[in-house]
Amino acid sequence: MRRVPDTAARIRIASDGRSIDASDAEFVINPYEEYALEQAVQLKEKHGGEVTVVTLGPEKTTQVIMKALALGADKAVHLKVDKIPEDPGSIARAIANELKGSEFDVLLFGKKGVDDDNQQVGPMVAELLGIPCITQIVKLDVSDGRGVAHREVEGGSITVETTLPAAFTAEKDLTVPRYASLRELVAARKKPIIVKGIQLRASSLEIISVQNPPPRPPGKIVGKGVDAVPTLVKLLHEEAKVI
Amino acid sequence: MTGEVLVIAESSGPAFRKAALEAVTEGRRLADLLRVSEIVLAIGNGLKDRVGELGKYGADKVILADDPSLAIFHPDYYRQIALEGIKRVNPSIILAAATSSGKDLAPRLAVHLDTAVASECTQLELESGKLVATRPAYAGKILLRVKVNSSPCIATLRPNVFTAREVVPGKKPTVEQMEFNRPDSRMVVKEFVTQGAKKLDLTEASVIVSGGRGMGGPQNYKILEELAEVMGGVVGASRASVDAGWRPHSDQVGQTGRTVSPTLYIAAGISGAIQHRVGMINSKVIVAINKDPEAPIFGFADYGIVGDVFEVVPALTREMKAFYGKT
Repeated sequence: MRRVPDTAARIRIASDGRSIDASDAEFVINPYEEYALEQAVQLKEKHGGEVTVVTLGPEKTTQVIMKALALGADKAVHLKVDKIPEDPGSIARAIANELKGSEFDVLLFGKKGVDDDNQQVGPMVAELLGIPCITQIVKLDVSDGRGVAHREVEGGSITVETTLPAAFTAEKDLTVPRYASLRELVAARKKPIIVKGIQLRASSLEIISVQNPPPRPPGKIVGKGVDAVPTLVKLLHEEAKVI
Repeated sequence: MTGEVLVIAESSGPAFRKAALEAVTEGRRLADLLRVSEIVLAIGNGLKDRVGELGKYGADKVILADDPSLAIFHPDYYRQIALEGIKRVNPSIILAAATSSGKDLAPRLAVHLDTAVASECTQLELESGKLVATRPAYAGKILLRVKVNSSPCIATLRPNVFTAREVVPGKKPTVEQMEFNRPDSRMVVKEFVTQGAKKLDLTEASVIVSGGRGMGGPQNYKILEELAEVMGGVVGASRASVDAGWRPHSDQVGQTGRTVSPTLYIAAGISGAIQHRVGMINSKVIVAINKDPEAPIFGFADYGIVGDVFEVVPALTREMKAFYGKT
């Protein structure tokens, strides 16, 4: 699980020119991990077991960990770093190290973080652990030591079956996240959070600079209502040359 | 010594994906800059008669892994083939399209090769033999320039950003077969289910007609489907309309949906919130139809019509029918 700025947040370039200033943003659980967490809690409600949230992030990640515990996780492991590294490979190795030797049936990730958009950590962790990984899933059924998942791909979906333990990365349609009740928010405070300081491997992906996207040249209002339609078609053909 | 440029080209049925041809074209450009060869690893089923065409896009050599079990992406099968191909070629740069398969495969390869991936790149450059990639983050609110400091450099290329061009007309690549012995795998790929009649994915469409909250309900998307059909396009949706349950998530354009870059994007009844904007801002031409003249979408659309979507869209469909009838 990753702590990210809310998707409505404005993102600014920091004064060093090579990082992001999101200091005035509201931070949330990465939306794709909310779908994954909801899936985990639903599996627990159906099959029993325990849901552990593992997160790598700075001190302030505690706030989203509390939210995850209120949403149904039983405990959390917080791998504490000063800042989330630029290289997904460094994140994946830290998480894989934490998971090595621990027992689980289902390992869920969001398909990507909505901050760096790398979409790499889930399959990397699975490769490091030597377990199957099915990415971008919109449906998951688990029974008798097997998981059947539907991956959303270009033009349709692919059904993939695997034996457990296995990893899955959540697409948006996987679940509809629940809301935490006040009672659950209070109960979350009593759930265990294991905090570990960790050493990260040197990054082999380096951000050189951060830029604003080029602005779009201003457009024009063709007109009002149905009367403007013939002019629009003419402009699309003669000026924009797209039809 | 600089190694070759290797492009992993995926197929859809017995044809290469457009995004794969875009990667082959870009791979040629990098290979020329580095003065090395471009080698394409083609993976799929029934591609034997098609591999020759990769030459035109720049491939010097094609390694072909062709097997019925490779028709649909299987992570373990594709990874084994890619690692075998990489071993044969010893490349300094590996490119793949940032499709669902490419984005699944690339990080797996990075783990095995102990290197890093620049994901969903929109521009590639070389700096002293190292790949420097421009890639959007925060759904395109900002652009990052990143460098892969390990070797080989792996990059996935966002579809529809690079151009697939026949840069070397008439060129025939040499073709080398790769025997595929199916490895043991705990994963079984069962079946591919297409989304009804809609064959074309949003990320591959050249015309997208999207509807938002202003469409009022799921039944009203019919008028958008009619317009899309006349124009050979597909229908997209805003987050508001997906969250309302009017359209499936696979239709969603925006930060938690698809990032699209069609030639023409028509936004009907969409206000243009940042969540949506970042998913479609790289469209070549944006048309907005909205009854609210103050809607943010008019701030970045190329052409706007202020009006009722239920009147303007059907009129546009009629006008387009007449236009395509004439040409």
